[in-house]
Amino acid sequence: MIRNLGAYFLMMGWVLRKPRKFSVFWAMLMREIHAIGISSIPIVVLMSTFIGAVISLQTASNMDNPLLPSYTVGYITQSSVILEFSPTIISLILAGKVGSNISSEIGTMRITEQIDALEIMGVNSLNHLILPKVFAAVIYFPILVIFSMILAMVGGLISLIISDLSTAETYVLGLRSWFDVYNVIYALIKTVAFGFIIVSVSSFYGYYVKGGSLDVGRASTKAVVISSITILITNFIITKLMLL
Amino acid sequence: MISVQHVDKTFGKQQVLFDITADFQPGKINLIIGQSGQGKTVLAKSMVGLHEVDQGQILYNGRDFTQMDKRQKTALRQEIGMLFQGAALFDSMTVEENVKFPLRMFTKMTKKEMQDRVDFCLERVNLSGRNALFPSECSGGMQKRVGIARAISMNPKYLFCDEPNSGLDPKTAIVIDSLIKDITYEYGITTIVITHDMNSVIEIGDSILFIHQGKNWWSGDKRDIIETNNPEIESFVYASEFMKKIRASLRENIS
Repeated sequence: MIRNLGAYFLMMGWVLRKPRKFSVFWAMLMREIHAIGISSIPIVVLMSTFIGAVISLQTASNMDNPLLPSYTVGYITQSSVILEFSPTIISLILAGKVGSNISSEIGTMRITEQIDALEIMGVNSLNHLILPKVFAAVIYFPILVIFSMILAMVGGLISLIISDLSTAETYVLGLRSWFDVYNVIYALIKTVAFGFIIVSVSSFYGYYVKGGSLDVGRASTKAVVISSITILITNFIITKLMLL
Repeated sequence: MISVQHVDKTFGKQQVLFDITADFQPGKINLIIGQSGQGKTVLAKSMVGLHEVDQGQILYNGRDFTQMDKRQKTALRQEIGMLFQGAALFDSMTVEENVKFPLRMFTKMTKKEMQDRVDFCLERVNLSGRNALFPSECSGGMQKRVGIARAISMNPKYLFCDEPNSGLDPKTAIVIDSLIKDITYEYGITTIVITHDMNSVIEIGDSILFIHQGKNWWSGDKRDIIETNNPEIESFVYASEFMKKIRASLRENIS
């Protein structure tokens, strides 16, 4: 584990360097924004809308204390979505989707000698392949998470209205109650950290794969597991540092 | 000229190359032959810096690659083209983008100049008009030809080909051999070809290095390999009855 950690930091030392040709980097960045960000929109829409709806329904169905104001449902949905659901759960889902994709893509490039071809040309393959992915994740994951927050709250609204458990005015009053911009900033900081972890850890396992297609599959699984565990630990550390 | 001097290479506890010394001449096709697992690819990959050698020198026109810093290696690598066994084309790029990639990365050519160079290289390997295809849409032979076009796009002084004929039918293998031969003679490139293909040995082998048990076991040219009685060469090159008959016929022609 310590050896892997050392190799990871050494790798990042090569990744986080100035790109050789900005025009090539820019083209790669646009491609990665599409591959990592835009292609993830459907799953984010689906997950966010339905989980937001379920959070609202569960909160409403468990609120049988008459002393609690009716807008509490909106407030709890807002807090759960901003603080935890959108940044963490969506990142865990993206660790599965994006992480396995990155790991298998780079792993396949390794076993088919495409990375060797880059190295022989004199290209810093780590910088060329991984830096655009890191930038794409760090730029686009926060956008996805903001999108997810909005959709989850809309999902909650729709589910309450359909189920006749609350009115739109009461729910929106709850969403606006004790709304703190700091929580959104906290969520976005977490998301940037999670995006960095997903891309760098998955790239690490893909880049250093040895063997054949079975090993690429194993590396992909490992990348998802390690990214997810690292996200959970980082979540705890950032929460401890920023909220307590 | 590339000169390899007393090169050793070990992986873990297993030594793969033992004191290899050889010269590879410019304007000639220098073959490295030998059985699988004898160290041919390790030697070629060590020569281009994909493996670091334990000791010895690799001299490119007198410049020792093993002593260069990263910047110097990057500069030298722009003089090297390599054709990989599986072509190693970038999946996400079209044929044109693959050939254009080194030009975009390392030159200050205008778009027009780049396009002209790409078209020239593709024409050189008989792939004009195939610019928009992706590697997955190309046959094995086409992929190899795109690999050659990419390798020569930067006008290399040194060309490495790792088993260029593997997986190809005999007719396509001859096309690839002819391309390598034409390009080498036309541009005076130092070409190094790792091969198992005995047809290539006889057809294009200007200079042949036989690696056995990680050592420089035998060297000569295509005439020498017909005449030699070295037992390891005989058991490798002339293993089949068919090859023995061909050798007998070639020997008759020579005498």
